Amino acid sequence: MTKDFKRPDGRKINELRKITAKVGVVPNADGSAMFAFGDTVAIAAVYGPKKMHPQHSQNPERGTLRCSYNMLSFSVTERIRPGPSRRSTEISKITEWALQPVVMIDDFPAQVVDVHINILQANASTRCAGINAAAMALAHAGIPMKSLVTSVSIGKLDKQLVTDLIKEEEDWEEGEGPTDIPITLTGDGKISHIQLDGKIGRKQLEEAIELAKEAGKQIHEAQEKALKAVGEKQ
Amino acid sequence: MITTSNLTEERIKQYLGDGKRFDGRKLDEFRELTIETGISKKAEGSARVRLGKTEVIVGIKMDVGAPYPDSKDKGNLMVTAEFLPLSSPRIEPGPPSFDSIELARVIDRGIRESKFIELGKLCIKEGEKVWTIFVDIYTINDDGNLLDAAGIGAVAALKSAKIPEYDEEVGRTKFGEWTDKHVPLSKEVPISLTVHKIGNSLIVDPTREEEDISETRVTIASSDGTIYSMQKGNSKELSAEEFHKVLDMIEKSEREIIKKIEKSLK
Repeated sequence: MTKDFKRPDGRKINELRKITAKVGVVPNADGSAMFAFGDTVAIAAVYGPKKMHPQHSQNPERGTLRCSYNMLSFSVTERIRPGPSRRSTEISKITEWALQPVVMIDDFPAQVVDVHINILQANASTRCAGINAAAMALAHAGIPMKSLVTSVSIGKLDKQLVTDLIKEEEDWEEGEGPTDIPITLTGDGKISHIQLDGKIGRKQLEEAIELAKEAGKQIHEAQEKALKAVGEKQ
Repeated sequence: MITTSNLTEERIKQYLGDGKRFDGRKLDEFRELTIETGISKKAEGSARVRLGKTEVIVGIKMDVGAPYPDSKDKGNLMVTAEFLPLSSPRIEPGPPSFDSIELARVIDRGIRESKFIELGKLCIKEGEKVWTIFVDIYTINDDGNLLDAAGIGAVAALKSAKIPEYDEEVGRTKFGEWTDKHVPLSKEVPISLTVHKIGNSLIVDPTREEEDISETRVTIASSDGTIYSMQKGNSKELSAEEFHKVLDMIEKSEREIIKKIEKSLK
């Protein structure tokens, strides 16, 4: 089964799309980065730490991480209405949760670190690309972090697990159909974010996490390389 | 904001460390669950769920409308949740809070991904007319774990729902008149349950004060060991071993809750 399985774009089952990672894409920002899985392109910009406004949102005990996720209206085939939606509201929060375990901003009381993520072009796995870009942008901004995080969507197409889904695979029609499992891991391999839609048994779910760990290594490498490149320039 | 005090938090953690809870439950024990169906005469189906002092009501309404372009021969499902200010001093009037949006989306995904509603059977005329099912969730009293209560309520309300009469000639739903047909449902009943992590302990069915100090949670909709949707919420990470334990707890709780639902619906 594993050997015969053909992915629409010819990739191996555990093969990521081509990763493009670049740091410093928004000059105004305190830190910024672009991360792409093939045609899925996300940019993230970090502003802060800065004083939190409005004042009643301030946390007097520690700093606040605030993320926003947004898709450009023309990032998908059928135009999406600009502005926040229920989906983007949820992904913004999920992104915050995915990053919080590694971001060390306890020592910035009453301040906020804003992370703005925009999806320029979408071919599935947008939240994962966004989280990867955000982690790099935070590092670029010099925000203290325990580690980067790596995010990837593991899919189950019919009965086969695959790494890094594209849209065509997200809409898989054969057999048991598609299962989409976006997973984010911290540097020490802990799960800071996991979601799932589809149908899967427990054994395969645990295998999916292993695949995410494997993919995480390559993502981490690309993130680090991009961060180092900009470090050398400065 | 009203929240659990640091002192209470310390004490709760201390108790959990010893395998105990304030209300005497075990860590993997749910509060008393009661389900009533048919609580509204106007709704197509309805349910009231109580988990201890937590209470939610769920109503099903249906109407005929156009299908989505990407599912021309299927009915539509819409899940919304409103956290009513009457249900807690901490809920204020205003636009939907993040918690209510997330709750609705998590419940929606459990129902949708498990194919619990056979949406293919809710098509009247392909590309033109299909039934839309609205699952509307309201909180009546928030004493923690609204998520699980809402999930159980949605399933119970859907099970009790009957399809309204539809006037083909005029092309209008005859509200207030019902056929004797139930909403087409599959046998796989998705039960959406949540495990919370507080300190180093994993628990189910938190009370409000426990939920306030929850560091992370995982909600899973599953039926008979097959997982259909999952959402990890909140800001602490989970190790692979902890995740394994979460799955164990969900499996055990699912069996227990299914029994309670069956008993309750008899």
